Amino acid sequence: MNLIWVPLLPLLGVLIPLFLGRYPRSLLALGTAILPAIALGIIVSLIPQVMAGEYPSVSYEWVPVLSLSISFFLDGLGLMFTLLILGIGLLVILYARYYLSPGDNAGRFYASLMLFMTAMLGVVLSSNLIQLWFFWELTSVSSFLLISFWSNRSDARKGARMALTVTGAGGLALLAGLLLIGEVVGSYDLQTVLASGTLIAQHQLYPLIVVLVLLGAFTKSAQFPFHFWLPHAMAAPTPVSAYLHSATMVKAGIFLMARFYPVLSHTELWFALVSLVGLMTLLVGAYTALFKHDLKGLLAYSTISHLGLITLLLGLDTELASLAAMFHVINHAVFKASLFMAAGIIDHESGSRDMRKLNGLMKYMPYTATLAMVAAASMAGVPLMNGFLSKEMLFAESLHQDILGAMSWLIPLLVTVGGALAVAYSLRFIHDVFFNGEPIDLPKTPHEPPRYMRVPVEILVVLCFLVGVFPELIVGDLLVAVGASLMPTGVPEFSLSIWHGFNLPLLMSLLAVLGGMALYSQRKHMFAFQAQFSEVDAKQVFEHVIQTLARRANNVYAFIDNGRFQRYATWMIVVAILALGMPLLGLTSAGGSLPTSDLDLVSLGGALLLIVGSVATVLLSHRRLLALVTISVVGLVVSVAFAWFSAPDLALTQLSVEVATIILFLLALYFLPQKMSLFNLPPARIARDLGLATLIGSLVGTLTYAMLTRPMESISDFFTLNAKTGGGGTNVVNVILVDFRGFDTFGEITVLAIAAIGIYKLLAGIRLFVPAADMDGRPWSSDRNPLMLMQISQSLLPLALLVSAYIFLRGHNLPGGGFIAGLITAVALVQQYVANGVVWMRDRGDLNFQWFIVSGLLIAFLSGAGSWAFGRPFLTTWFDYFSLPLVGKFELASAMAFDLGVYLTVIGATLSILTNLGKLTTTDRPNRGGQA
Amino acid sequence: MELIYSVTVGVMVTCSIFLMLRGHTFSVVLGLTLMSYAVNLFLFASGGLALNQPAILAEGASYADPLPQALVLTAIVIGFAMTAFALILAIRARADLGNDNVDGRAEVGDVLSNKGQTVEQNGSVREHPEPSSGGKL
Repeated sequence: MNLIWVPLLPLLGVLIPLFLGRYPRSLLALGTAILPAIALGIIVSLIPQVMAGEYPSVSYEWVPVLSLSISFFLDGLGLMFTLLILGIGLLVILYARYYLSPGDNAGRFYASLMLFMTAMLGVVLSSNLIQLWFFWELTSVSSFLLISFWSNRSDARKGARMALTVTGAGGLALLAGLLLIGEVVGSYDLQTVLASGTLIAQHQLYPLIVVLVLLGAFTKSAQFPFHFWLPHAMAAPTPVSAYLHSATMVKAGIFLMARFYPVLSHTELWFALVSLVGLMTLLVGAYTALFKHDLKGLLAYSTISHLGLITLLLGLDTELASLAAMFHVINHAVFKASLFMAAGIIDHESGSRDMRKLNGLMKYMPYTATLAMVAAASMAGVPLMNGFLSKEMLFAESLHQDILGAMSWLIPLLVTVGGALAVAYSLRFIHDVFFNGEPIDLPKTPHEPPRYMRVPVEILVVLCFLVGVFPELIVGDLLVAVGASLMPTGVPEFSLSIWHGFNLPLLMSLLAVLGGMALYSQRKHMFAFQAQFSEVDAKQVFEHVIQTLARRANNVYAFIDNGRFQRYATWMIVVAILALGMPLLGLTSAGGSLPTSDLDLVSLGGALLLIVGSVATVLLSHRRLLALVTISVVGLVVSVAFAWFSAPDLALTQLSVEVATIILFLLALYFLPQKMSLFNLPPARIARDLGLATLIGSLVGTLTYAMLTRPMESISDFFTLNAKTGGGGTNVVNVILVDFRGFDTFGEITVLAIAAIGIYKLLAGIRLFVPAADMDGRPWSSDRNPLMLMQISQSLLPLALLVSAYIFLRGHNLPGGGFIAGLITAVALVQQYVANGVVWMRDRGDLNFQWFIVSGLLIAFLSGAGSWAFGRPFLTTWFDYFSLPLVGKFELASAMAFDLGVYLTVIGATLSILTNLGKLTTTDRPNRGGQA
Repeated sequence: MELIYSVTVGVMVTCSIFLMLRGHTFSVVLGLTLMSYAVNLFLFASGGLALNQPAILAEGASYADPLPQALVLTAIVIGFAMTAFALILAIRARADLGNDNVDGRAEVGDVLSNKGQTVEQNGSVREHPEPSSGGKL
């Protein structure tokens, strides 16, 4: 079977509970379990292959350029975790069927659980770094859904948010680390990365990579000081705690460290960081667990402590330490999942998790009590149990340390202290809950759970015992396979058995058990000691930090984004000045190597007109009509400049646009306030704006000069050479527009159309006010349209249309084309509106300019799409020469159809803008009846 | 010639930026128009300044660079659409908010400008009464 099905089946399994949600619970649980069971079957069938060292893999290319792929592979490490995820997952499905109350939405619960299972499988099977990270974040998201399952409870919501924030932030650090690894190695393929250990270790970014990757691992695996989220995640339903917070998700961080163990470990930095953090977590977790009255709280801190133990083992620089770590991953998952399930049963059947109330349950649920006690013994590290074996391995490895130099003797000592604390809290779990007198006002009278709710616990506890007695038989081969992943150079010899003779580790175990008993017997004094310290509520601290952060961010945001256009404009100009100024500073001089041409009188006159016109526009801008006169002078001189500098097409375009722009401004005058103040601001403000403007103006001027006086290579020769032969036209500018860069032009007329339609929407439904008099109280003129103007413009219309048709047709070879012809037609029609009025025009057939726009765009698109019919790319052009009697030889080109589309769009957009504004004061306003 | 061309472009940019930093929408749109002239001239200059060499094949041995011309041609038309959009936006904002400040709220320094509005408010209002909020500070 293909490996892809292993993560894919649980993903499909997300849907099943959603559909089965209304059916009986047993059917729902069974339906949910089928697909993961098949996936487990596939994995089991692949075991012999993995043991033989031939790792099954599957890979689909996705975006090869970005080295993104969808690829999975199964090695020993992945196999161990996959077995845990699927095996314990199936038991949790069974357990949850009895745990969830009838009111809970079990379908949603199972669906989230399956999503989480998919994410975990994705993490452990991925052989692409980015894909691994994706699934890593998916575990955070899906665990958020699971923790907040009882979303009506405030603690569930807060706990879920905290878990998501901490693990999500760690995930971002991990992403940075993985990207750096990808940069260093040059590939995101995990196999390639695993083979590049020395390359990474010798790179100068190595310390950063280690810290970032470890941040991801530590947050996920609740290592000190990021451990605080895990106890609050206990607000989740207990099956979730059993699954996520003991067996799988918190082990994802461990998995990550193990996954990158061959490449990232073996350095002082790694060993120091990992072992010290692990040791700290081990002690803090074990100590805190002792004082928790909540059953799940005790188990949560115990989990933290055991995760610390595993991390510590991964940070010990001895051959067998990492193997011992992996062994403890299995053992801890098995006994802690069963303990959580037992705690859930106790909670479920007695209505409380408070150990001050729960006492003497042995009498009420002897069977469950026995199971829980066996599992707790494993947690304490009592011989014959699996927990004993891995803990003894830790004791043995801790003896061979030199990471702390002369103080290295501290490590075995502290580890033994941790062991003693574990014994003490395990004793408390057993003694307080199952013995120690009678229960104190519990909501329910405790009793044994339903038969099948116990089955998962039984299976796990039997496993604890079997692994404890026959370790070599059950997990020996698996550990060898895992070792092959961790130590590609070769797995050292190791022996798993309960008896290694009388030696130092055994003595440490004995000391731990005795010490733990002593601690527990003196618990009254310890509780009294601990009571002196006020307990810090991580939830409150966390919320406070988050709120402070949000407030600070809001302040910064309010400073940047204060709703003032002028501030944004100033920021943008400052940024533009920096972006422009920096490169200009690098130039040795403004002038370049090209010789400058002589100044002629026409150019000088034009330049002076432009300068005077611009400055006058600024000075007169509060007198609006005069400002329009001066700015139209500028526009006209610009079009003359285009004509002067060999750009006839530009001159024609600028000239016709100028007319449209000024008419538009004149129309707008009526709707905007007539009096404006310009210089009544504080002088400092004026000075600042002038300074900014002058600065950027001089930068642009310098840039223009630098550009004009330096030689540059242009791609234009291609266009000049191919315009006639490839595009069939001699007007290179027009051929570029409709042929070479036709797709750009298509985009541009689309923008034009969008602007016109946007304006139509802006004007529709406008709450207009129409002043009856100007600011000095003079009433508006109500003259009829002047007769002479009417007559002349009416007789001019056919001529203007003729000119525009001529300009359009000759455009391919001489100055002209769709843009210019469209503008000329538009101006000719606008003139009719100006001279005759909107009503007169409507009576002579109201043109719908939206249709012009739409048909123009459609024609342009179809003329481009037509080339598909000939199997050519979009907008491939065609042209040929024909001859007719009378007309003579002429050319037909598909680009002309495209130009026609441009022509119609330009007419439609220009007229739609102008007439919609012009109609505002008449009864033909756009919001009347919805049509223009 | 290159020098005077560059100076002209620089002056036009200076004037347009100063206008765009003003508080009245009309000035900002004026500045925007002036800016598009300047930018078009700047873009056009990237092809160099050539006299009597239009890019019409077979008219001369050498041609002006046609590529900046093609870019500027569409830029002129799009610039018109953008100016129009900004202008209509200003009209709409005036109609909805009752003032012509770029932020839709008058500044303390704009008290003078309210004179014009006051007069208008005294005049008869045919459609909707002008909202009284936002115009004064």
